[in-house]
Amino acid sequence: MHELSLLEAVRQQAIAEARRHGAIAIERIHLRIGSLAGVDPEALAFAFEVVMAGSPAAGAELRIQTVDARWFCTPCSAPFTGPSGLCLCPRCGAASGLLLQGRELELSSLQIC
Amino acid sequence: MCLDSGSSALPAPAPARLVALGQALLERNDRGAALLRQRFRRDGLPVVNLLSSPGAGKTALLERLGRELAGRGRRLAVIVGDLATDHDARRLAAAGVAAVPISTGQSCHLETAMVARALSQLPQPLSDLDLLVIENVGNLVCPAAYDLGEQLRVVLLSVTEGEDKPLKYPAIFHSADLVVISKVDLADAVAFERQRAHEAIAAVAPRAAVLEVSARSGSGLEALAARLLTPSAPLDPLAPLAPLAPLAPLAPLAPLASLASLQP
Repeated sequence: MHELSLLEAVRQQAIAEARRHGAIAIERIHLRIGSLAGVDPEALAFAFEVVMAGSPAAGAELRIQTVDARWFCTPCSAPFTGPSGLCLCPRCGAASGLLLQGRELELSSLQIC
Repeated sequence: MCLDSGSSALPAPAPARLVALGQALLERNDRGAALLRQRFRRDGLPVVNLLSSPGAGKTALLERLGRELAGRGRRLAVIVGDLATDHDARRLAAAGVAAVPISTGQSCHLETAMVARALSQLPQPLSDLDLLVIENVGNLVCPAAYDLGEQLRVVLLSVTEGEDKPLKYPAIFHSADLVVISKVDLADAVAFERQRAHEAIAAVAPRAAVLEVSARSGSGLEALAARLLTPSAPLDPLAPLAPLAPLAPLAPLAPLASLASLQP
């Protein structure tokens, strides 16, 4: 379960950034999680409250934006989305090795006050 | 909870604002990986991150590889991650491989800080080694996101696991530079469908090279050893590896022309 250690990083980085911006409280934490990042967003949401408890980030709301894997198909000269992790172009069937997005594990923004 | 818990005065209500960050959650690990990669490069040491599900044959393959390399005078060292016990490290040591165990406790993956600590426990300096393999915790999910500074990421798929495993764990197979199909000596016994396995790998990891090996019979080991020892070689597994041309000795430098002779 590396979701726990990831959430510890979320807590640490969110608190540091909130302090740096002179915040009184953290209202919301936004994460961007790629579908090829090897992380289960549901597990993150499940453990979020426990990991934030007792810290200045307790009570913050978690918002996760999942980022579907997206490749570029060279024969079609166009991108395609492969939510199940398959990099086969739905138009022509060619396999693409050009991943455009989908490995994100990112603290994208914070709502603070 | 209030960030300024030391203050007794009630703060004036502040307007909410959104701060855009775009910070990598694994920033610290990634920084560590960059440092390790630099160090490995400086020592000219090929480093492999070896991943698979539990029981796919990572340790057996490394035992055999260690013996093969030792026979050619090449030195292999292994950093072994395991949730508990140092059994794998002992097996490797018995095969003559320098092995440092990392007991990860409850952690399901290795991180750069653990690898850096283990490096200091290796019996010889990195520059004396020919190959370092980091045998990750047996897990096809969690280790995918953690860069360990390796030059080559190898994911093992044993024939007993089923041909469609890459489709079930696309993230980790997608991150592979090389997919090794292991235990091929058992392929007939388990009616392994070779073509389907190769198609599944190609569907999630089209850039990965694929090799088939058997630690028991030794088949494919030579190609694997060649690939691991030269991680920057071309990815096409079917192309024979060109032997490295010996470096020509440096020609003695011509004495610098005096400045005066450069004057028109």
